[in-house]
Amino acid sequence: MKIHEYQGKELLKKFGVVVPRGVFCQSVDDAVKAAESLGGKVWVVKAQIHAGGRGKGGGVKVAKSLDEVRQYAGQILGMQLVTHQTGPVGQKVRRLLIEEGADIRKEYYVAALTDRTTQKVAMMASSEGGMDIEEVAHKTPEKILKVFIDPEDGLTDEQAATLAKGIGVPAESVDRAVAVLKGLYKCYMETDASLAEINPLILEGNGNIKAIDAKFNFDSNSLYRQPEIVAYRDLDEEDPDELEASKFDLSYISLDGNIGCLVNGAGLAMATMDTIKLFGAEPANFLDVGGGATTEKVTEAFQIMLRNPKVKGILVNIFGGIMRCDTIATGVVEAARTTHLAVPLVVRMKGTNEDIGKKILSDSGLPIITADSMAEAATKIVAAVS
Amino acid sequence: MSILINKDTKIITQGITGKTGQFHTEKCQEYANGKNCFVAGVNPKKAGESIFGIPIYGSVKEAAAQTGATVSVIYVPPPGAAAAIWEAVEADLDLVVCITEGIPVRDMLIVRNKMLRKEAAGGKKTLLLGPNCPGLITPEEVKIGIMPGHIHRKGRIGVVSRSGTLTYEAVGQLTEIGLGQSSAVGTGGDPINGLKHIDIMRLFNDDPETDAVIMIGEIGGPDEADAAVWCKANMKKPIVGFIAGVTAPAGKRMGHAGALISGGADTADAKLAIMEECGFTVTRDPSEMGKLIKALI
Repeated sequence: MKIHEYQGKELLKKFGVVVPRGVFCQSVDDAVKAAESLGGKVWVVKAQIHAGGRGKGGGVKVAKSLDEVRQYAGQILGMQLVTHQTGPVGQKVRRLLIEEGADIRKEYYVAALTDRTTQKVAMMASSEGGMDIEEVAHKTPEKILKVFIDPEDGLTDEQAATLAKGIGVPAESVDRAVAVLKGLYKCYMETDASLAEINPLILEGNGNIKAIDAKFNFDSNSLYRQPEIVAYRDLDEEDPDELEASKFDLSYISLDGNIGCLVNGAGLAMATMDTIKLFGAEPANFLDVGGGATTEKVTEAFQIMLRNPKVKGILVNIFGGIMRCDTIATGVVEAARTTHLAVPLVVRMKGTNEDIGKKILSDSGLPIITADSMAEAATKIVAAVS
Repeated sequence: MSILINKDTKIITQGITGKTGQFHTEKCQEYANGKNCFVAGVNPKKAGESIFGIPIYGSVKEAAAQTGATVSVIYVPPPGAAAAIWEAVEADLDLVVCITEGIPVRDMLIVRNKMLRKEAAGGKKTLLLGPNCPGLITPEEVKIGIMPGHIHRKGRIGVVSRSGTLTYEAVGQLTEIGLGQSSAVGTGGDPINGLKHIDIMRLFNDDPETDAVIMIGEIGGPDEADAAVWCKANMKKPIVGFIAGVTAPAGKRMGHAGALISGGADTADAKLAIMEECGFTVTRDPSEMGKLIKALI
């Protein structure tokens, strides 16, 4: 689960990381009032959406007067902000963060994440702040420093100081950078984050170290014990179909193609998408119905797939294990009837009660195309839609 | 022979009294020598009782001491699952198979580091399979986990995958063309887990009753690439490789918590390329995994 920058900064502040003073608002008038209350001569008007790359897309502006605050807030609020992470349609801006200006002397990068290879928490830091860190990692990997932390020990002062000095924080500010790194680590652990990134972390003229941005991602497995994080969830930022699917415990992700697919198991679902592509078409979605699919769940899955106007055909691929093919077949027939299915449907079933499942499909009188292998199923659905 | 488990393995079930634990314990008991293999259950509140004729003990340590079991399988719900793993490790079992899906990653990080510390201090090394995995099976001997037993046949092909249903797909193809499996192992879909592809490939390489291996992977993490590099230098048996997720978009969690592209090396194309470089017979068509293996042996 992702959250907004202003929410991330609230969290960081709780863990002792210094952030610029700022106010979250949802209207132009409130933005101007916020700037007034913050005082000073320079403000930053920042679009709050869950995607990165907001600055390049025109979602972050520096205002040098209250009039400019009004002007920029008006421009940004309600715009479709397009960044390299939003896709071509972009994301509508509904929330703003108005912040005091900062006296930036140097920009750094710091982040905490879980490292799969060492099975430790990795704290990363770089002197190349404010840039795309993937690019830094690619071009100048030596400029990214890492320490790995056993959660039993936590991040030590020595490790934090090594990172701070390593990225060139001046001696008089090292203690302040150590406090930021330790706060970031603690925040990462206690909130069950899967990524906590500050880019840039800045050095100000007075020697202060401040977080200018905050990007968080949280482990979905842990949300049951993180009510404060769940309260930050912004449903406007989520795909409506994915949201609807999650209510029925279906794992669904929208894609760009025209063949809907319904599969049991995440690995098999990806393999089915790949097979569709291999045989000349593109999948419209990822959809894992999970191990306990019922008729209602299958019907709901069909409805979600069919809400996508691009869908020209559906491929169902089930490997019956604990879940029996006859249960799925009954669900598929029911769903095809309920949704008055008007696009071609190919069903491939293997495993437990395969024969009973196939009989249910053929007895239904519906024009369901059956297949034995994934390759055959993909060939048939691609032929049916073209 | 086979890897990790056989008809003589004695198994403890943690979470045996829950709905999932009961359902699968019954299926595992029904499979091959399961009646003799599943010898104990654990539930501190129901110690002294029994279920399906299996005695329930108050702790893993006690269950192991009383029955001589060396392996446990865990169906405990996510909030208590990491603690259940640690209990089995502290009881010095050989292998713990954790089926539970949805364990907080932080809990897994903590328990994995505790396991490493225990080993470093000279304690017994307990292997962990999973979490969020289907388990493992040695056909016609014993199955530990949630896979459908009836699709398996005894044979000489090893199967390893992170995904459950994709493992079944490979197993189904092998059985259909008359080749069986020596063992089939699901390592699980979580980012922080125990045994990885490389560990399972090592075991298959050393198993005299495995002639070839189907290695299946998916997007996210370094496991498949690590295994491929090891295989290039060490593996004496032919391997067919498949990676799921060529069409998966970056930055999206594809069902499994660990199936997420966050960098170039995480993609299916990158993994397929390194596997090919390391001498695997790779395919982009998961329907032909079985056929390709047949052609290699």
